Amino acid sequence: MNSSANSTPALAIENLHKSFGKAKIIRGVNLKIGKGERHAVIGPNGAGKSTLFNLITGRFPPTSGKVRLHGRDLAGLAPFQINRMGLSRSFQITNIFPKMSVFENVRCSLLWSKGYRYSFWNMVSRSQDLTDAADSILEQINLTARRDLPAGVLSYAEQRALEIGITIAGGANVIMLDEPTAGMSHSETDYIVELIRTVTEDKTLVMVEHDMGVVFGLADYISVLVYGEIIATGRPEEVRANPKVQEAYLGAALEAEH
Amino acid sequence: MNEQDQITTDPTKPAQRMRAGSMTISATPWIVAALVLIVLPMIFTNNSAITIMNQMAITIVFALAYNMLLGQGGMLSFGHAVYSGIGGFACMHIMNATEFFAVLPLPLLPIFGGLFGMGLAMIVGSFSTRSAGTVFAMISLGVGELIAASSIIIVAFFGGEEGISGDRTYSLPFFGIEFLKQIEVYYLISAWLMISTLLMYLFSRTPIGRMANAVRDNPERAEFLGYSARWVRFYSFIFSGFFAGIAGALFAINYEILTEENLNTTSSGVILLVTFLGGVGFFFGPILGAIVFTLVQTVLSLQTDLWAFYAGVLFVSTVMFFPGGLAGLIMMHVPAFKFGKARHLVLPYIRTLLPGLITILGLSALVEMIFHFRHAATGEDEMTLFWTTFDSHAVFPWIIAIVVTAAAFWITRRNVPGLVEAWHKANNFSGGRT
Ligand SMILES: Nc1ncnc2c1ncn2[C@@H]1O[C@H](COP(=O)(O)OP(=O)(O)OP(=O)(O)O)[C@@H](O)[C@H]1O
Ligand SMILES: [Mg+2]
Repeated sequence: MNSSANSTPALAIENLHKSFGKAKIIRGVNLKIGKGERHAVIGPNGAGKSTLFNLITGRFPPTSGKVRLHGRDLAGLAPFQINRMGLSRSFQITNIFPKMSVFENVRCSLLWSKGYRYSFWNMVSRSQDLTDAADSILEQINLTARRDLPAGVLSYAEQRALEIGITIAGGANVIMLDEPTAGMSHSETDYIVELIRTVTEDKTLVMVEHDMGVVFGLADYISVLVYGEIIATGRPEEVRANPKVQEAYLGAALEAEH
Repeated sequence: MNEQDQITTDPTKPAQRMRAGSMTISATPWIVAALVLIVLPMIFTNNSAITIMNQMAITIVFALAYNMLLGQGGMLSFGHAVYSGIGGFACMHIMNATEFFAVLPLPLLPIFGGLFGMGLAMIVGSFSTRSAGTVFAMISLGVGELIAASSIIIVAFFGGEEGISGDRTYSLPFFGIEFLKQIEVYYLISAWLMISTLLMYLFSRTPIGRMANAVRDNPERAEFLGYSARWVRFYSFIFSGFFAGIAGALFAINYEILTEENLNTTSSGVILLVTFLGGVGFFFGPILGAIVFTLVQTVLSLQTDLWAFYAGVLFVSTVMFFPGGLAGLIMMHVPAFKFGKARHLVLPYIRTLLPGLITILGLSALVEMIFHFRHAATGEDEMTLFWTTFDSHAVFPWIIAIVVTAAAFWITRRNVPGLVEAWHKANNFSGGRT
């Protein structure tokens, strides 16, 4: 399906199902996402995009089916174990540490990946590598001026930027972003798109996004999820031209854009 | 390095109120604290004062240990006395193991108390730290009750109703000190107070300490950053158990007796209240709580039989009106000081707090009079209150007490708007408030 088809895909999803009670939300998803690919998942509201993210990242167990990260089966693994394997995600509904400072938010998201683990013999403020790395993330997400404020008082757009900062800070090689630009203004969106482009250089990106400008600007591949099933996967131009997609979703979405 | 936290100056939102200011790890407060501890017994020389200070120091260590859970880890425990109690009982048994104790310098004994507290915390924490909410609270209560109940059954370890007593002076003399004198015990406890406080403070600055805060605020997000919320809680829990055990050991050294009372749920409840009174949002909060509570418990209890009633009122009003505790109240004023506007508050404070204080004293006088009227032996109508002796069955003292209280209350009420206005003026640098 893509250029790196012969090597292990970063993410491989096989016949994934998820039901909440009687409601079948994910209904047989198959998807391979190659290393270094920027893959957008689009689809109407309630299609199950966030649920798919939750299944991949270990937030919910699937009803059946498999998820592999770099070839390793993720069945039964907790979110923290999956994260340690190099997968990091952001949330559609901002999920930060509102009472801690912006700086502290970022520093906490660096700790595990920098090897501090459950250490009780290091002082965080004495670890210059941590401070420097956190400050450079803050610089990237344009929040240096907000460094010492509690994250909870930031504006919505700033919190979204912090959400992305927390997600990328640990240097994971598979980054999953759930609607990173939702609710942002045009200029904020442009800024975030550029940011996402830079920080996911040489990484695998999976992204849920409603803004078609962002999708076509960033994605190498697009999958369309409708009612729990992927109805099309391919290069942006292929997906755009696909009549099924036109009918089910994209026509309406593209019209809404204009 | 600036690494804290919330700042809001809004007095109407005590819960969201801030930890302000910078958090440079500076040596000054520690040196000052050490000097104060050294000098205190030279000022308060009599034995009862030293007893009070020992009690205070032990409570501080315990409350700080407790706040590692409650304030920093977001875990509400109703049975934390168990860990200090176990540490204390273990130390009593070490004291009674004469051969071993004879080669052990007494100042090292608290380490054993800590290890026993930590050991028990490892066992209980292995299943209780799975979640932080109601489940954790219920398990802590259950385990607390369980161990308190077994203390009466397992007589060999807990000594039944009499408890276990011992003699600290059988230890190996420490540079010639045999800890016969109260003052020697005071310095031993003070040294451990400094060490424990410093270590607990440093713990809060380590990666695991920072993650304890993160897990407290948003355990789910922490899991998506590579941390198991459960393990983070477990580490906080066992370190808290360690320092609780140290507090128990210091109790054992100071009183040379431990009973069921040291680990029952009442003691667990008291340490929760002490910590809350001081303020869970700041590291130094529990220190204030322990100092104030110990003073109420010791000094006030000499003045009145109703001290527990007043302590209860103090706790309830803290929970209701100042959920940030004493530390929260103090830190609320940091912004006004920072911006040099605190002096605008002095006069309005005097205008409200002075009559407010008289109102409180008046109310407590009425409470005392009611108590005396109802409970004094027949014929003993005389009572002494605020250095005045009078007949609690006469009408005149009642009229005076009621009039003074009502007048003071009226003045307080009248001056509150002025204080509120001054408060807003002193804090309006944040803009948008008038
Ligand atoms: N934990 C849950 N329990 C029950 N139902 C759920 C749960 N999570 C999601 N759902 C349901 O699954 C469906 C898909 O939700 P999901 O959030 O995955 O959609 P989405 O594609 O991300 O939509 P949107 O574009 O609005 O974010 C919805 O009908 C939702 O109500
Ligand atoms: Mg969604």
